[in-house]
Amino acid sequence: MKVLLVAEYRDGKVLGSISDLLGFAARTGADHAMFVVGSEAALPAYGGTLYLADAETYGEYRPAVHKQLLLAAIDKVKPDLVVFSHSSYGWDLAPRVACALGLAQVSEVVDYVDGTLVVPVCNAKLRRTVEIKTGGAVVTLQAGAFGGSEPETAAPSLERVAVETTDRVEFLGYEAAEAGGIDLSKAEVIVSAGRGIGKPENISLIADLAKAFGGEYGASRPVVDAEWAEHARQVGTTGQSVAPKLYIACGISGAIQHLAGMKKSDFIVAINTDRDAPIGDVADVLAVADLTKLVPVLIEKLTAS
Amino acid sequence: MKILVCIKQVPDMESKFKVAADSRWYDTADLAWRMNEYDEFAVEQAVLVKEQVGDADITVLSIGPDKVKETIKKALAMGCDRGVHIADDEVSSREPFQIAGMIAEYARDKNFDLILTGMQSQDRGSGQVGILVAELLDLPGVSTVVAFSLADGRLELRRELEGGVKARVATGLPAVVTCQLGLNNPRYPTLPNIMKAKKKELITVGVADVLKVEARQQTAKLYFPEKKGGGLILEGEPAEVADRLITILKEKTAVLA
Ligand SMILES: Cc1cc2nc3c(=O)[nH]c(=O)nc-3n(C[C@H](O)[C@H](O)[C@H](O)COP(=O)(O)OP(=O)(O)OC[C@H]3O[C@@H](n4cnc5c(N)ncnc54)[C@H](O)[C@@H]3O)c2cc1C
Ligand SMILES: Nc1ncnc2c1ncn2[C@@H]1O[C@H](COP(=O)(O)O)[C@@H](O)[C@H]1O
Repeated sequence: MKVLLVAEYRDGKVLGSISDLLGFAARTGADHAMFVVGSEAALPAYGGTLYLADAETYGEYRPAVHKQLLLAAIDKVKPDLVVFSHSSYGWDLAPRVACALGLAQVSEVVDYVDGTLVVPVCNAKLRRTVEIKTGGAVVTLQAGAFGGSEPETAAPSLERVAVETTDRVEFLGYEAAEAGGIDLSKAEVIVSAGRGIGKPENISLIADLAKAFGGEYGASRPVVDAEWAEHARQVGTTGQSVAPKLYIACGISGAIQHLAGMKKSDFIVAINTDRDAPIGDVADVLAVADLTKLVPVLIEKLTAS
Repeated sequence: MKILVCIKQVPDMESKFKVAADSRWYDTADLAWRMNEYDEFAVEQAVLVKEQVGDADITVLSIGPDKVKETIKKALAMGCDRGVHIADDEVSSREPFQIAGMIAEYARDKNFDLILTGMQSQDRGSGQVGILVAELLDLPGVSTVVAFSLADGRLELRRELEGGVKARVATGLPAVVTCQLGLNNPRYPTLPNIMKAKKKELITVGVADVLKVEARQQTAKLYFPEKKGGGLILEGEPAEVADRLITILKEKTAVLA
């Protein structure tokens, strides 16, 4: 089997998702080559053949331009699988390439068992294996699922990729993440509010519990989107990554994008009415309880002692 | 301005799932169903565009069995003008390319100026359908949009990237946009609007009329992942659970020292 790994480059840098790609190549034992729209000044740490399109010439991500460049590399490599990270780059570009090649696309692969791709269903409560009916496929990998491979040190051998192309989508610029006043990374205890808190008034419950531990409170995305908490408190891939001594997830289901921001915490407690919530997979303790009943009792006992 | 919004009906993710008899999907009996969360943002965006430009017509489309009409009705009550139900009892076995193929086939000769979808569905979560529709119709497509503005027939959008960084992009119409959480604040249908929605047109299209592409993949087997174990489960009266939790935290962490 031969795979083409699609690395990501943004604003002058190769992104960390490359370790997932290399991890997948190692797991499958496939021959591999890599593609990136990047620059010679910042090459990925990769010892194989790198198909390089020049970022100076082609600019930051524009879908049709990157699609044409990647198709040119695919034409040379003739891979069985084209492999992306399941990221804002990968999930945008992968379907375009699959469509152009007439191939199946399998999204957010978490495992590779006996030559079969495994993907999550229903917020990771279920999984399924996929049977491909086309001669080859395009896949995206869940962040972290295949990571942890040793970074390579050798320099790649370069093959240049160039095409004549334009795009109807214009890139206007990047907007930095909202800077917030709260630095969750300093807190030893973080108590986070999820949608399960039910109403904005219950934020104070979560804040009080955090205070009882001398910590800070955080939030999952829906709580921030609903403006029940400020963005600086959001934990997850599009918020902060934290690793406190104690993380208490209250009414948070445990979607991968939330887990990515807190699963390195030393000790994790989840309070959830759903015994099967995926947060249970990373929690050291899962209290199957209604947070509106349990949290006040906890606060009372903590402040009394 | 003609707008198409594609919505999917999905089960509540807190449901107790069972594997279906053929082991290819979850059992769809005895589940509570709702509109895919991401699609609520798409419907709201369509209605906001209509409120902005005045002269707009919104078609909301959903593929699935008869019960998806309930979800279509919710979108009508939120402000869409017309529902299209592609009646497909086999929807759970369709892969994203087939779903996108049906949507593109329906949309092909209708000159929509704007097609909105969710960025992903909560159950299948492929994140493919919107972009595939754009590619099949040869339209510019922008995914994962968290800010949307329309002026002089041009869209200026913010795509969400990792770590809270956004990319500002622009494109002309017609275009396809896939909507990310937080794009807007989806409205709740009001009672008068729920009543009005009952009188809106709801067209049914047969699956054979629009399904012209073959599946490129299928589910071999659906199953529950093995529990990674380890975690202790506490159940019982709040006072008792609280005591046990505090004891554990004193033993296992240094935060209550
Ligand atoms: C590209 C992308 C980026 C994302 N980035 C992030 C991110 O950075 N951070 C993030 O958090 N999410 C992010 N998300 C969203 C993520 O996928 C989930 O939608 C989100 O994390 C769900 O939040 P939640 O767990 O609070 O809500 P839900 O998934 O709705 O879960 C609510 C939970 O509360 C429980 N519950 C309900 N009532 C009670 C009660 N009374 N007591 C106790 N428990 C109760 C339920 O059983 C359920 O498990 C992102 C999504 C995408 C697509
Ligand atoms: N059965 C369906 N009917 C209508 N639209 C759908 C259907 N399935 C998926 N979609 C649309 O495609 C988006 C992405 O779905 P997916 O590719 O399955 O993650 C959803 O948010 C919907 O907008």
